[in-house]
Amino acid sequence: MAALARFQQDISKTTWRVNNLNFKVCANRIMHLMAARLGLPAHLSLLRGKLTGKTLNLRYLSGNASEVDSNFYDVIVVGGGHAGCEAAAASARLGRKTLLLTHKIETIGEMSCNPSFGGIGKGHLVREVDALDGVCGRICDKSGIHFKVLNKKKGPAVWGLRAQIDRDLYRRYMQEEILNTKCLTVEASPVDDLILDDVTPEHVDDMVCEKICAGVVLENGRCVKASSVVITTGTFLRGCIHLGLDIRPAGRLGDAPAMGLAKTLEEAGFTVGRLKTGTPPRIDRTTINYKQLESHFGDDIPVPFSFMNEKVSIKPEEQVSCHLTNSSTKVGEIILQNKHLNHHIREEVTGPRYCPSIESKVMRFGNRPHQIWLEPEGLNTNIVYMQGFSVTLPPELQEECIHNVRGLEEATMTRPGYGVEYDFMDPRQIKPSLETKRIKGLFFAGQINGTTGYEEAAAQGIIAGINAGLTARGEPPFIVNRTEGYIGVLIDDLTTQGTTEPYRMFTSRTEFRISLRPDNADLRLTEKGYKAGCVTEERYKKTKDMECKLSENIELLKAYKMSRAQWSNILHECKAEILLAKTGSKLSAFDVLQSSYFQVSYLSEVPGNPFQGIVSDDVLAGRIKIEAVYEPFMKQQKQNIEEVRAEEELEVPPDLDFNRLSMSREVIGLLNTVRPTT
Amino acid sequence: MLNFAQRYRTVHIVCIQWKRCLSRTTFKMGRSVKTIYALSSGQGPAGLAVIRASGPRCSDVLKEVTKQSHLPRPRMAVNRDIFSPLSGELLDKSIVLWFPGPNSFTGDDVCEFHVHGGLAVIQAVLRALGNCEDLYQAEPGEFTKRAFINGKLDLTEVEGLGDLVAAETETQRQQALRQMSGELGSLYGRWRNELVKVVAHVEAFIDFSEDENIEGSIVDQAMESLKKLENSIRVHLKDNRRGERLRNGVQIAIIGEPNAGKSSLLNILCKRPAAIVTPIAGTTRDVVESAVNIGGYPVLFSDTAGIRETNDLVEIEGVKRATERAQTSDMVVTVVDASTLQPVIKNSSEIDDLVTALLRTLGTLQRTMDKAGSITDEIADNDTTSQQSMVLFNKVDLLAERERKILKEVMNSLTKDQGFYICGFSCKTLEGLDTFLEMLKGTVSKLCGDPLSGNPSLTQERHRMHLELCLAAMSKVKLDNDLVIDAEHLREALRHLGRITGHVRVEEVLDVIFKDFCIGK
Repeated sequence: MAALARFQQDISKTTWRVNNLNFKVCANRIMHLMAARLGLPAHLSLLRGKLTGKTLNLRYLSGNASEVDSNFYDVIVVGGGHAGCEAAAASARLGRKTLLLTHKIETIGEMSCNPSFGGIGKGHLVREVDALDGVCGRICDKSGIHFKVLNKKKGPAVWGLRAQIDRDLYRRYMQEEILNTKCLTVEASPVDDLILDDVTPEHVDDMVCEKICAGVVLENGRCVKASSVVITTGTFLRGCIHLGLDIRPAGRLGDAPAMGLAKTLEEAGFTVGRLKTGTPPRIDRTTINYKQLESHFGDDIPVPFSFMNEKVSIKPEEQVSCHLTNSSTKVGEIILQNKHLNHHIREEVTGPRYCPSIESKVMRFGNRPHQIWLEPEGLNTNIVYMQGFSVTLPPELQEECIHNVRGLEEATMTRPGYGVEYDFMDPRQIKPSLETKRIKGLFFAGQINGTTGYEEAAAQGIIAGINAGLTARGEPPFIVNRTEGYIGVLIDDLTTQGTTEPYRMFTSRTEFRISLRPDNADLRLTEKGYKAGCVTEERYKKTKDMECKLSENIELLKAYKMSRAQWSNILHECKAEILLAKTGSKLSAFDVLQSSYFQVSYLSEVPGNPFQGIVSDDVLAGRIKIEAVYEPFMKQQKQNIEEVRAEEELEVPPDLDFNRLSMSREVIGLLNTVRPTT
Repeated sequence: MLNFAQRYRTVHIVCIQWKRCLSRTTFKMGRSVKTIYALSSGQGPAGLAVIRASGPRCSDVLKEVTKQSHLPRPRMAVNRDIFSPLSGELLDKSIVLWFPGPNSFTGDDVCEFHVHGGLAVIQAVLRALGNCEDLYQAEPGEFTKRAFINGKLDLTEVEGLGDLVAAETETQRQQALRQMSGELGSLYGRWRNELVKVVAHVEAFIDFSEDENIEGSIVDQAMESLKKLENSIRVHLKDNRRGERLRNGVQIAIIGEPNAGKSSLLNILCKRPAAIVTPIAGTTRDVVESAVNIGGYPVLFSDTAGIRETNDLVEIEGVKRATERAQTSDMVVTVVDASTLQPVIKNSSEIDDLVTALLRTLGTLQRTMDKAGSITDEIADNDTTSQQSMVLFNKVDLLAERERKILKEVMNSLTKDQGFYICGFSCKTLEGLDTFLEMLKGTVSKLCGDPLSGNPSLTQERHRMHLELCLAAMSKVKLDNDLVIDAEHLREALRHLGRITGHVRVEEVLDVIFKDFCIGK
């Protein structure tokens, strides 16, 4: 009772502004006060509903003082994860006055799950984000502790740049970057609601749009106005953590979920779905018996993610190594025997098929040894991440499982694995610019759109940030399409197909794999980004220089022709392959480079050494070699791309009735013949 | 009769257009929004006419024009009066059928009005429907298009349906019905699934292998299934165009020397004076075509100019066309004027030489030999690979009994030596017509195959084109170069296979990957 009295006091002390807000905000406010006072969990939606009903009676509470922030921002970004950081940084690079709102400043740039960046397909995304001057690539190069290019044997189009990252370094560098970016303000506060205005006549052209987002309401009731708002809440929207049978609301272990915002979005009419994901337990490095495990080292010459970096920060020989082990059948037995103690796997909610928990693996593919990678989380920590061992069993059973993994018999678990279940918005409700169709000025990026992975989040973040910045000033949106990059594939897949499981990037998702490569992301996107204003002069110049160097040298190579016999002399042993591959009596230097046996370094044996410039420049040599390998396929692919582009240019108005789409009169006439029973 | 070639082209173009719109647009819109109507039966007057409507407004419209508050029971014929929604006037007494979606032809709600087939009745009912709100006259083919979009039919089934409606002979009907029932579609679908699996395994190896347990052996397995698939497609393609022939008509060229009676033969076969017949040698200059139903099989006869040395420019062109047509036809009927053999008929070896020389000049013999030589490495048990040839000795009525006997011996020995059908004939007395037709039917049925037995045949050039492109792409997979490049060829192959039935989806590949592999991370 005493608590209630205090609560009433609180209410009477507070001044309310109602005219521009709905009552829900008041209810929110009250709920939080109540929660704080009474020690109730703040997410109880039932209570919230009751309060919303009562808000009419609370009308008298609305005073005259308004708590509107006098600052006006071009762009507000909600969330400081990988999507949020890229979005905020991109918008700030455009010169827009940007505000980044996050629960805690110290968790900006937190890698919530695996301590690694990149991979097959994902590395492509990081490169593309970097080509648009995004931050994650550069920060990975600074904080990476083990670099490895995957798929080295399968062709440069699918090389997967990947690195183990020092979690603390990454967070520190990211915070440094974000807190020192011009035009970017950072504030720690949960966002509770959106300020939605009605559509004014000037926006009537946008027929699907119902409301206009004009800012956000913070948890303390303060209103901050902005032209665009980017929501990057990750797993925080109504996030729930599962650990055995224990379920508690949280966006991440130790962090509160975002309940108010989830409710707002649902009430705004968005179709909401539920997804789940998980994270494995962490173990103490000093308790691992490494003698029994297979070591995997980083590359001798680490390849940086960023086009701006010649090399990464860490010295190649100082890279840490990862270790491979596998689960035993005993682990499977424990899991199968304790299914009843595992709430997460019984849920109806869809988890990712490609990143399944160890429980799903055992249940779907039988109790056989499953691979587990032991990845160090940093240089100055003893925490080791168990890649491939996501588990949601009660902690004591997790520990038992761990002890049945080779090399971990004595290992100490420092933190249990857990599952997270969260709300996502059906991404078919957003445009390719990532602006919602329903609410103008509101953008979604990251896991809220049903994706998984840091790279996917960053890719959406940068696009949402750029577009939030552009629309804030009424400029046309910045759209990367399927033919230009993996970013385009990602967004196109999401916005047209939607998703039923957490969406992860694969190289098989793109139709144009041969042209959308990690090596040429700068040529594909940097100029486009520069024109939109999100790429610095320095990077643009560097890309242009590289472009010139590439085309000049390719011309040079194409112009230099020798007979087969002459080439064979240079090639020594494996001449037959080249002779088969091409017809014609003379072959250009570019033609012979196409052969996988012909290394760029062989060019130095060409009489007179005309290609000194290429051979001596490793980066250039590598890129030219790749161009040569795919040259014969580029023509066909370019043609396909042109076809797709031509069709994409026929833009479909958002309100189009698809059934009225009909073919040309001519075709209809022709259809007459096929016309069967009509 | 309809021109087979023309029809074939038309449908082909339509399919290309559909394919294009398919390959990019995702038809995930589900049920249609617009309601359409059209007269589905032929233009009256007739006993009955069927008017059909499809779309979400069907139920309202049905209630409106019948002035009833309830819908009839689904798929039950009921008697209903039809009224004009504007004037309320009674238009006709009709039978009404109600097919709620998705269990209808188009997948949308459909209703059918079986009205009396008078022109005025049809007009009045169509006008009445036109007056209903949000009801649109259907574009040609729109009902089928909806069925396709709503997943009721795949492209081969649509084509089969088109063929069924256009079928003119019994065997064409049988083949079209089989195709419409989805047999061809399911054969291609099966192949497609196999190829999807191959693609998926290669893609899985690219996207996952190194750090997630996928072994390299899956690529070898994939290549093995690829080889098997390649073989099945190759065998399917080597059907000598049976299905296409049946669909488009068997092309038979009638060739011979001037005045041998080729045009008369054509006229007899099609039972009408299609070609001009005069006693003057070289009357026919151009190719005259006529479609005929031979024992249930569609045959397209081409009468050609008589082949001879000439200085007449028009005739030279005619001879050129005749030779060309003979080469492109499925079968050649060579007409020989038996009366020209009279002078040498006493000596059987002389006549043998003469006939052989004549056939060689006309190209009949040469052609048979060439084809016979080239078939040895083809599938051996299929003798239809070579162009079929028939020789017809016309004007046997002019020969004496004794001469006929000798000719018969010559014919027998020729048949034995050269392996083509020979028959005596008279355009005047129609002697030998039955034997000729019997032979013709035998050959034609061999060319077309039995549409009811074995695997469904390839019926369209469009399918052949895609299958060939698919094969070509498959054969480029080598494994010794970049795996991405191989995957590219496989994707190309899959695209072509998918375009036959109209299925073009990428997500499937991932579905297979996740079903088949335990992917770790």
